[in-house]
Amino acid sequence: MSADPLIRVAGLRKTFGNHRVLDGLDLEVHAGEAVAMLGANGAGKTTLLKILATLVRPTRGTAAVAGHDCARDPEGARPHIGLVAHGAYVYEDLTALENLKFWTTLAGLSPTASALAGALASVELERAADERVRTFSAGMKRRLSLARFVLARPRVLLLDEPFSGLDQRAKKWLEEHLASFKAGGGAILMATHSFGRELAVADRLVILAGGAIALDTPRGSLSPDDVQRLYVVHTEDAP
Amino acid sequence: MVRIVGGVTLVALAAGLVMAFGVAPREVTQGNVQRIMYVHVPSVWVAYLAFAVVLVASIVYLARRVDGADRLAHASAEVGVLFTGLTIATGSIWGKPTWGTWWTWDARLTSVSILFVMYLGYLLLRGMIEDPDQGARYAAVLGIVAAFNIPLVHFSVYWWRTLHQPPSLMKPGPGTMPGVIVAALMVNFVAFSLLYVYFVAKRVNLLRREAEAAA
Amino acid sequence: MTFARRAFIVVWKDLLVERRSKETFNALFFFALLLLFVFQFAVGPDRERLAGTLPGLLWLGFILTGLLGLGRTFVVERENDCWEALRLAPGDKSAIYVGKLAGNLLLMFVVEAILVVLFGIFFNLDLAGVLPALVVVIALGTVAFAAVGTLFAAMTSQVRARELLFPVLLLPVQAPVLLATVKATEAVLLGEPLGSVAHWLKLLGAADVIFVAVGVLTFDFVLEG
Repeated sequence: MSADPLIRVAGLRKTFGNHRVLDGLDLEVHAGEAVAMLGANGAGKTTLLKILATLVRPTRGTAAVAGHDCARDPEGARPHIGLVAHGAYVYEDLTALENLKFWTTLAGLSPTASALAGALASVELERAADERVRTFSAGMKRRLSLARFVLARPRVLLLDEPFSGLDQRAKKWLEEHLASFKAGGGAILMATHSFGRELAVADRLVILAGGAIALDTPRGSLSPDDVQRLYVVHTEDAP
Repeated sequence: MVRIVGGVTLVALAAGLVMAFGVAPREVTQGNVQRIMYVHVPSVWVAYLAFAVVLVASIVYLARRVDGADRLAHASAEVGVLFTGLTIATGSIWGKPTWGTWWTWDARLTSVSILFVMYLGYLLLRGMIEDPDQGARYAAVLGIVAAFNIPLVHFSVYWWRTLHQPPSLMKPGPGTMPGVIVAALMVNFVAFSLLYVYFVAKRVNLLRREAEAAA
Repeated sequence: MTFARRAFIVVWKDLLVERRSKETFNALFFFALLLLFVFQFAVGPDRERLAGTLPGLLWLGFILTGLLGLGRTFVVERENDCWEALRLAPGDKSAIYVGKLAGNLLLMFVVEAILVVLFGIFFNLDLAGVLPALVVVIALGTVAFAAVGTLFAAMTSQVRARELLFPVLLLPVQAPVLLATVKATEAVLLGEPLGSVAHWLKLLGAADVIFVAVGVLTFDFVLEG
């Protein structure tokens, strides 16, 4: 790939008090690429995603999205970032449409009513547009948070265990959505705990252990068993 | 370096003491208790100096994220609270034999007490936030708000007390005082300022070593 | 202008959430009503003594309800896990501050209007002639209160023991504003013209400008954490 990577991490270190979570982490993700990140609980996957999302400042090293340093130029980086994390980022008392209108307007867009309706339709929530989010399932909430990005068009998607809590239909939907995001030139970095079909969309696999990347390999035709074996080898503990 | 400052401070404090208790004249109506003014007035001046430093250091920290600025703000706030407390205590001690009461809502005591509570709140805030980066940022914002509040406190309390009442006994203007008294005040002011610098320097060193140990 | 639109959408969202959940306003209204009884019991039946303390009691009422109401500024973000999302939103964060401030001012003005009416009824005041002047004083004082309150609410919302820290930080900063508003209210209720308390009004005006400016300039740093 000749273009600059959309995600570039170099020598990243993050210490919380006495606990060094990330220690010398290097990673690059290019446009049209999806990287799946495996690692034990507490290995630092979420921390890395938060640093890239400009939510946490690194102790040392650099993290940059679309050429903007996340610590020194967070304002420049934010419009290019779409974060899907554990928090649903929705107001429970508002409807799907109202939530979407709020978040997109706050992001500086001024979507028309038809644009909002169209975004909801592309995440298959058009029928629930006027229902309060309080009544939504986990899958519906995740789809709603992705609806924002249909309008905001970030270049990078950062996902923290996006498939957890979803039923099969929702998982399949998410897979297709991520594939088309990739096809559109976006970059994806996804933290995950599973070795199975959720990895299908990933082009590369990285394993996070000891605060750094222990393995960075193309996913190619690795089977779930292959992945599990690699995981165990590089993290020295049972999944 | 800090030890040299410490040494000079000791000399200055000794000089200040001599000036206050030996050289300066005994006040006619109040007696020797009035000499406490030589501690009380310089204390409040140094407190204001300390809080001005907090303001500048806070702004520098938010603008440039220099950790040293944060440590300076923290140390200066602590020493400022110390001197503010000293001002209140000496004011109270001065007041008891002079007016027969430990406390009075006169302009200076009231203003200084409000400052005392504001910056105690500053220290409380710092103590309650674990993340050092967040603590530094929030403290800097509070330091700025508190500093801009100082002139508001000044005017409001002064008008509150003096529009219907005569000004307090504790506001001697330097222009109306004999030279010896002014000299004694100045020596003590210099001594207390040096003490402030000494305390802040030691505190900043301690904070820096704590930060380095944690990293 | 994008800034205005973004600030407005924050107000819109908060009003919508409040209208659906009805959490804050009803309880505050009830609290204000209860304060009336508390004040009456605390001061006693002596009409003279009550009349003397009335301006102070009125502002005490505003401050107590304000502490409760303002302290809740970011509760909706915390309950819905949206604080991080606010931080992620691109654009000038101070639009969020202005939006939250506007919402708080709306809330405070409604509660204050109710308290003034209740005071008038319960303590038998003749407010007819003094109302415009009273409104000016209340408006000036409330802006300063809400400006700092909104900023501090954001700061304490992420801290432990926030319900304690919020009033502890806010009250000392509000001391000069309180002095000014009570003195000015005293004069106004006695029927004196606003000109006689011009210095207090100027102080309040200065406080308003200073605190809103500091809020706008520093909110970014508060939200970042």
